[in-house]
Amino acid sequence: MAVMLENSVEQDRLNLKPKKFLMWLFVITSFMLFAALTSGFIVYTAGDPSRGIKMILPKLFMYSTCAIILSSVTMHLAYKSAKALKFTAQKMYLALTILLGVLFFVLQIQAWKGFVADGVFFINPNASQSFIYVITGTHLLHIFAGIIVLITALGGIMKNIPQVRNLFRMEMASIFWHFLDILWIYLYVFLLLNQ
Amino acid sequence: MSSTAIHHTLEHSGHGHDDHGHHHETFLTKYVFSQDHKMIAKQFLITGIIMGVIGMMLSIIFRIQLGWPDQSFPLLETFLGKWAEGGRIKPDFYLALVTIHGTIMVFFVLTAGLSGTFSNLLIPLQLGARDMASPFLNMLSYWFFLTACVIMMASFFVQSGPASAGWTIYPPLSAVPQAIPGSGTGMTLWLISMVFFIASSLMGALNYISTILNMRTKGMDMWKMPLTIWALFLTAILGVLSFPVLVAGVVLLIFDRSFGTSFYLSDLVIQGQIMPQQGGSPILFQHLFWFLGHPEVYIVIMPAMGIASEVMATNSRKPIFGYHAMVYSLIGITVLSFIVWGHHMFVTGMNPFLGGVFMITTLIIAVPSAVKSFNWLATIWRGNIRFTPAMMFAIGLVSFFISGGLTGIFLGNAALDINLHDTYFVVAHFHLVMGSAAICGMLCGVYHWFPKMFGRLMDEKLGYLHFWLTFIGAYLVFFPMHFMGLDGVPRRYYAFTEFEFMKEWLTVNTFVSWAAIIAALGQVAFLWNFFNSIFNGKKATQNPWESNTLEWTTPVERLHGNWPGEIPTVYRWPYDYSKPGHETDFIPQTTPFSETMSSNLPHDFEGNPEAERIQLEWNRKNEAEKV
Repeated sequence: MAVMLENSVEQDRLNLKPKKFLMWLFVITSFMLFAALTSGFIVYTAGDPSRGIKMILPKLFMYSTCAIILSSVTMHLAYKSAKALKFTAQKMYLALTILLGVLFFVLQIQAWKGFVADGVFFINPNASQSFIYVITGTHLLHIFAGIIVLITALGGIMKNIPQVRNLFRMEMASIFWHFLDILWIYLYVFLLLNQ
Repeated sequence: MSSTAIHHTLEHSGHGHDDHGHHHETFLTKYVFSQDHKMIAKQFLITGIIMGVIGMMLSIIFRIQLGWPDQSFPLLETFLGKWAEGGRIKPDFYLALVTIHGTIMVFFVLTAGLSGTFSNLLIPLQLGARDMASPFLNMLSYWFFLTACVIMMASFFVQSGPASAGWTIYPPLSAVPQAIPGSGTGMTLWLISMVFFIASSLMGALNYISTILNMRTKGMDMWKMPLTIWALFLTAILGVLSFPVLVAGVVLLIFDRSFGTSFYLSDLVIQGQIMPQQGGSPILFQHLFWFLGHPEVYIVIMPAMGIASEVMATNSRKPIFGYHAMVYSLIGITVLSFIVWGHHMFVTGMNPFLGGVFMITTLIIAVPSAVKSFNWLATIWRGNIRFTPAMMFAIGLVSFFISGGLTGIFLGNAALDINLHDTYFVVAHFHLVMGSAAICGMLCGVYHWFPKMFGRLMDEKLGYLHFWLTFIGAYLVFFPMHFMGLDGVPRRYYAFTEFEFMKEWLTVNTFVSWAAIIAALGQVAFLWNFFNSIFNGKKATQNPWESNTLEWTTPVERLHGNWPGEIPTVYRWPYDYSKPGHETDFIPQTTPFSETMSSNLPHDFEGNPEAERIQLEWNRKNEAEKV
């Protein structure tokens, strides 16, 4: 029986690999969604000279970019402490990542408020400007999902789940969170190049 | 002992790690919220069949209108009420029928019903896995699919009727609720249903890819996989890359419909009223839609191709001709399918140079398609063909694929397409090449793997009856449409009586409608056969078709976990049929080369010098004994 149990634990670990792979595949699907939106933007904007972003992107985007890059750093630190069995540090860095994620969320919403104040509305005959809302909004939706994933990881370590599971959750969370970070940088650079 | 071991592995491949659910299975966990891939496959299949019957009945209703436009059928009013006042279908409802027929058939039957069924059934069984990468996600995938089906059907019960803008839902028709009644609540339900459907197929596709890449049994390298798995694998990749693009298109459409943005809308005047939206581009939607839409047709046909390849090799008792060429042509189709979407848009005012580029990429797809067709023909060439119903349908697929594919070469020409665009020629083309061919592939798979799903055999005689009615019926329905299209008859038109030049086609329409009705009645033979055989069919043996692939090494009883003991190891490719020197005409993948010394060939050892040496020694000894 002991051998079998060991066997099943081994199996358990082996079975996590395909699940982690699912996350990578999800990253690809999600990337395709943004690829579609940004190519849609290009196709639309190229159609007529009256279209285009036609505004300077707000400074707030700079701040939010800093927040999300910083959150990627804390995410990585959290992952490293989880690997080194430093659970207090892991909890702290995870909480910090969540906080920075929330900060990013708030900053983006503030940026939207700034758009509205400048007269750049979502309902707009120049849909290139509506695209900014759609692109950042879809990204925010992903950030929201990412924060939930982070909270699950934090909840796991609070409940002292086995290290295998803890590390698995941390890996899933960090793949997703780093992806969201890189995705935002891509979107921001894309918008900057088109402004 | 071994059964406890399975329970452990099963539990840990499940999502929950402290539940012991498998020990006391209830009706609910076994048949409803099942996480067993075989049960999920059956759920997909039966839901797909039900949706297929609904889609077919919708087509019969509009065929009645087209066949007998002046006649009144009081029965229709009994069933459809205000949509068929006086026993005649209303024009708005006709458009709704065409739209929902297309949507159901393309997405619900030939995407979910086909890929969903056979990916779930065959991927773990043919690769030697206990279940999918994430059985929980797999279950969720089915439930999202069912929700999508229910929402789509619910649109028949709203005041303004189901979506009517065609299955391609081009704006502005689909974006402005005032355009036609169906663009109101019906369209909203269509979009919600599609969101669920896309989520379902993405969850499925992620699972399929992850399982194929990570969970193959020992010895099963990629080049030992059956062609079904290759086809399902590449189909899943297509889904993962193309469905998110449809999400983007649909999200923007939802914003246009419900929030008043103008991504797609511009310069609209409806009933003398100028619409507020300005500056949008309806062509943008077509780009986003067809970037999914074209890969989608390969999502529909590729699983059918894989199934047919497998069934044809088994029933010809010959190795598949050109296994590597078959795989590379599937890969070729997968790659090319992403760069041809423009051929749906030749007449949108596209730059002629761009049109030329899309034309060339489109015509290049003929190459891998032809490779596949010739390989199928070469596979059955001089084989010991066993004409099982599954084999008949596989041959039917090849026939439809060739006759429908040839017209694709016409339509892929930017210049010819100006004439043929949106005519019945297009209808004939895609109903043969992806409709009939893919349905044949699906039915072929159902007849072939029915024993694996239910442990019983389907009735052969009813199978033949079903095949001939379907095969001849489909040709009689779709072949005449080519000529209507060449004459310039546009698709989706309600009444042929209103246009002078279309009047001469009225008799043809009556003929087509009769053919459709007879072919539809032929499906009753299938439905009876299918549902009756589940309970009363002849008990199947473990390997009824004497096939090589792994799924036939599992017991007939269909255990949770698939194999009672260890998962078998794979030693050879799946197509060792009628290998010279061997006593039987098939050698399962689980038979090592050491047991088949009399039939081994030098290239079987893939350059392993030790194995080659042993074989040579054996050959020499045997030669000596013979002398």
